[in-house]
Amino acid sequence: MTRYIAQRLIAAAITLLGVSLVVFLLLHLLPGDPARIIAGLLASEEDVAHLRTELGLDQPLVLQYLNFLGNLLHGDLGHSVRTRQPVLDEVLARLPATIQLAVISMVVAGWLGILAGVLAATRPDSLFDYLTSLGTLFGVSMPVYWLGLMLITLFAVQWQLVPAAGNDQPTSWILPSLTLAAFSVALIARMTRSSMLEVLHQDYVRTAWAKGLAERGVIFRHALKNAFIPVLTVLGLQFGALLGGAVLTESVFAWPGIGRLMVDSIFARDYPVVQGVVLVFATMFILLNLVVDVLYAYLDPRIHYG
Amino acid sequence: MASPMPVPRHSEGVHWARDLWQRFRRRRPAVLGLGLLLGLLLLTAAAPLLTPFDPNQQKLISALQPPSIAHPLGTDHLGRDIFARLLYGARLSLLIGFLAVAIGLVVGIPLGALSGYYGRWADLLIQRFADVLLSFPGFLLALSLVAILGVGLQNVIVSVGVSAIPSFIRLVRGSVLTIREQTYVEAARSVGVPDRRIILRHVLPNAMAPVIVQATLNLGTAILVAAGLGFLGLGVQPPTPEWGAMLGEGRNYIFSAPYMATFPGLAIFCAVLGFNLLGDGLRDALDPRLRHR
Repeated sequence: MTRYIAQRLIAAAITLLGVSLVVFLLLHLLPGDPARIIAGLLASEEDVAHLRTELGLDQPLVLQYLNFLGNLLHGDLGHSVRTRQPVLDEVLARLPATIQLAVISMVVAGWLGILAGVLAATRPDSLFDYLTSLGTLFGVSMPVYWLGLMLITLFAVQWQLVPAAGNDQPTSWILPSLTLAAFSVALIARMTRSSMLEVLHQDYVRTAWAKGLAERGVIFRHALKNAFIPVLTVLGLQFGALLGGAVLTESVFAWPGIGRLMVDSIFARDYPVVQGVVLVFATMFILLNLVVDVLYAYLDPRIHYG
Repeated sequence: MASPMPVPRHSEGVHWARDLWQRFRRRRPAVLGLGLLLGLLLLTAAAPLLTPFDPNQQKLISALQPPSIAHPLGTDHLGRDIFARLLYGARLSLLIGFLAVAIGLVVGIPLGALSGYYGRWADLLIQRFADVLLSFPGFLLALSLVAILGVGLQNVIVSVGVSAIPSFIRLVRGSVLTIREQTYVEAARSVGVPDRRIILRHVLPNAMAPVIVQATLNLGTAILVAAGLGFLGLGVQPPTPEWGAMLGEGRNYIFSAPYMATFPGLAIFCAVLGFNLLGDGLRDALDPRLRHR
């Protein structure tokens, strides 16, 4: 187990290094002189040269990357071109809102998805099973940004039950979290149903039925416990996907998170902030996958730690 | 990994296609998906016959009109006919989807095959590359690339295409790992057939079934991602009609003219639903063991 965790840690570190390289190179993929693009067409040559020096763009590429890495290790993601504030401060100021949205959505998606999946699997070919399949298909096919707008139209404009934007009161969390959760509910329900169907045909479940245990005990204590392992992987991956999906949801609901910060920074050509947000998103995703891998191995003793 | 039904060579092709169709048509949702997509293609092709309006023609005096006989889906803030823009926009959305998936296939298949067939350093390097691309959750890779490359049709296709690459690398590698251990591959290797020929003639054709399924499902994802970029204003630029951009414009009028956002969203939903149904149906038809899962 320790060896397996060490292997996963090393793999995660290598991936993080790769991500840092991609994020670093993003700035160099800009068509033309990055300093000129960031400074804008109206900036003087002097300003552009100053910015070039400030961003270290006048140094050899390898040296620039090593400096970038060194700064990263010290928590220095550079400075925002727009506000002159450290990028890390800007990101950290907005990160809690994104995490709040992702966590609420994950709780919603987890509960609804697992419940729907379990009920559908225990009543195969029933109307509920059919509706769950239809719902999951709709969930994965629906553009979240459209769903968000439709929810605003109905619940905020027509019926005026909840606010259309912001995150200053608990009622304003409802629509964004439902929107962001929709895709994940569908995937989690689908995986839970499929995994439960497999487990429900196992001998030990049949034995539990034969012993005369109550339905709830068989399903939740015996079947779901074992069916949960693949579901856990989907939960972990979906939490990462929720973070990524937050970019669109935050834009629809004017949610003050790092997704919206990224979009605003793209329009403002504030590339250091764009780099910082991408790096933070990717790092969180890698760490989440690492946690899921370790939990997966811990929960399923059949996994071979190679 | 389950090794699905192989895609055959030309001589067996007709029988194989007939069998596949027989299995496929028994799945009603899959046939519905195919019907949805064929209907969409037909509407797109017949756009000039179905609407007299130019999708870019502005008529401010007719701005923000609700659906009527003259304008079945209403008009937008510049008085353009939404139905005409949806029909012409379909061409672009489908084109982006197909070209982006093509990029994913063209880059992902060879890398996945090399990784799975040769193993060792090739595998290590290619898998770390895939890991890095997969570390950008969901929509983020395409968004980051378009942020740097800039907006516009070409850059959207490249950005969405690059984000499709890692899933094909992983998928092809998995299939190739199973296939390279098969007796017929060993036999080819033992009689001295060059690796390149083994991969192209014996390994890849047998790894294609899951790739076809994944490509179909990815078409839906590519349309969703491209429309998401358009929605944020980072996709195809105005006045070109594109579903995501139309939805983005509709957002500004959500209180006064909700139909501006409703119909483009429905169009995206129908197209993605069609590809998802078709992909699921193809998966079942190509790998009968997966049925009823």
